[in-house]
Amino acid sequence: MAQMTMIQAITDAMRTELKNDENVLVFGEDVGQNGGVFRATEGLQDEFGEDRVFDTPLAESGIGGLAIGLALQGYRPVPEIQFFGFVYEVMDSINGQMARLRYRSGGHHTAPITIRAPFGGGVHTPELHADSLEGLIAQQPGIKVVIPSTPYEAKGLLISAIRDNDPVVFLEHMKLYRSFRGEVPEEGYTVELGKADVKREGKDVTLVSYGAMVHASLKAAEELEKDGIDAEVIDLRTVSPIDYETIIKSVKKTNRVVVVQEAQRQAGVAANVVAEIQEQAILHLEAPVLRVTAPDTVYAFSDAEEVWLPNHRDIVEKVNTVINF
Amino acid sequence: MKYVLENIESQFEMFQILNEDGKIVNEDDMPDLSDEELKELMRRMVYTRILDQRSIALNRQGRLGFYAPTAGQEASQLGSQFALEQEDFILPGYRDVPQLIWQGLPLYQAFLFSKGHFHGNQYPENLHALSPQIIIGAQYVQAAGVALGIKKRGKKNVAITYTGDGGTSQGDFYEGINFAGAYKAPAIFVVQNNRFAISVPVEKQSNAKTLAQKSVAAGIEGIQVDGMDVLAVYAATKSARDRAVNGDGPTLIETLTYRFGPHTMSGDDPTRYRTEELDNEWAKKDPLVRFRKFLEDKKLWSEEDENKVIDEAKEDIKQAIKKAEEQPKQKVTDLISNMYEELPSNLQEQMEIYKEKESK
Repeated sequence: MAQMTMIQAITDAMRTELKNDENVLVFGEDVGQNGGVFRATEGLQDEFGEDRVFDTPLAESGIGGLAIGLALQGYRPVPEIQFFGFVYEVMDSINGQMARLRYRSGGHHTAPITIRAPFGGGVHTPELHADSLEGLIAQQPGIKVVIPSTPYEAKGLLISAIRDNDPVVFLEHMKLYRSFRGEVPEEGYTVELGKADVKREGKDVTLVSYGAMVHASLKAAEELEKDGIDAEVIDLRTVSPIDYETIIKSVKKTNRVVVVQEAQRQAGVAANVVAEIQEQAILHLEAPVLRVTAPDTVYAFSDAEEVWLPNHRDIVEKVNTVINF
Repeated sequence: MKYVLENIESQFEMFQILNEDGKIVNEDDMPDLSDEELKELMRRMVYTRILDQRSIALNRQGRLGFYAPTAGQEASQLGSQFALEQEDFILPGYRDVPQLIWQGLPLYQAFLFSKGHFHGNQYPENLHALSPQIIIGAQYVQAAGVALGIKKRGKKNVAITYTGDGGTSQGDFYEGINFAGAYKAPAIFVVQNNRFAISVPVEKQSNAKTLAQKSVAAGIEGIQVDGMDVLAVYAATKSARDRAVNGDGPTLIETLTYRFGPHTMSGDDPTRYRTEELDNEWAKKDPLVRFRKFLEDKKLWSEEDENKVIDEAKEDIKQAIKKAEEQPKQKVTDLISNMYEELPSNLQEQMEIYKEKESK
């Protein structure tokens, strides 16, 4: 089996689906000959031609509208938004338009669109590149939000997203693009959307996380193990809709939970997870459900980024609080 | 150093075929329409005027919901739609329901749209269109996408989209015409310049002398048309369509028109921002009056023809509103079932809750 970085797995997923379905189109700013600013579409235009993989003018709302229009002609568009920090420019197309297409037409039209975008922090970008804005999309019914944490899942989830008949925002954490390799099968395969994955089994505390924070949680679990604390780590993989079944099952086993997100504390995915846990399993809890998040400031200037971003030490600290409650 | 704005702006002259007296002023561009087709155009305009009057009345009676009056804009709306083929794709703004109706939307569904029932948007298979867009300009970027898709499919069709003068200030307007231009996609962008974006006059909307000239920046063709002259609108749209399907790219068409009524029936009072003088000046340009004179001179239209259409329209409207009112009430469970192809667990649970509520 091939060893791939996450970005190679993402390219491989697009190549698989471009081969598999002639209606799949890949487009965005610089995705053609340049292969995308992160090289996610490297070589795809040469392999599939400019009709299938093409550059767009530099306008995100235009890209979103283009995707909707192409979907209305039976295509399966896979547009790239160069950085998810630019999502505000295309918010109407995503939350206002494609998320509502099936609904407002009473099922007459659908939007089988997969918007890919790099997101998340830790790579010292200029401002408005690195935000964790998944919560903005997760609040909108009608669209799914998928965030892989490993190369294997990146390929399988992206193939599922492209084959899905509803719109999906597929967020790729920039720090995970090339930070490690993992085994990725060469053939096409899918990982089901809307299903969380237990990345590490444990009995004392549940860490619920997604994206880069899955790796911080796993690192925290290793540290905790030295102190005799056995942490279970759940990777949500899809933050809308959330797989509460897997979370609640774990909560009933461990009775203690810390929810970890890279995004700021206010609103967001973690708050929703906490609320659902107390609604469904309050009598199984031995301690309040705590969150590890970034502080409620605008995303950090890169000079302060390392302190601003949550890390495994923050997670260990919160776990100790819920264990000793 | 050379500035060219004045030169460019002066190139955009209003294209007209019939003047206010119903006389042909431009024989060269007279479209090739049969007598039957000319009569059909008139029939549709009269029918649509009656539909507008009845819709306003039904709205006042509380029998219709959201309604944006169309009187005054019939030539712009129906002249452009008349140049389309059935397989062409329409992306309308919220005032553009008449184009959908004449392209095949059953009248009772148009009423259901107004009443806020989604069956109004479940279009028949032969109608290729989106339901009216509410966000100003969003349809322009989508039209570029539909047009690119049509081009990729190798179809000999066009995407046509509509907005108003206010819409040309939106970013999506520029992005849409620019994308379509960059891809040489078969799109027709219609701007019905009815002079007011709700209350803001077009003079305050832009320093551009014409809205058609905005095409120049996108590198696409643009034309300003007398939007009260149905033959001019038809001819301009037909020409744009021919160019589009021949691979010559998109066209921006600005139609100079006027809405005789308020912006919508939701409390707008045009006397706050329009003078009676202006209303009277534009009433003289009424597209129905002008075209009726033209047809009467050709002995193609009579009072009897007119009354026949009026009766037909009234009867159709009566039947359609009845059918719309008989439609089962929209249910929350209908809404839930149209969110995704497969319901996620949260909606499955909520579906059960609303099934229970709605069974009572």
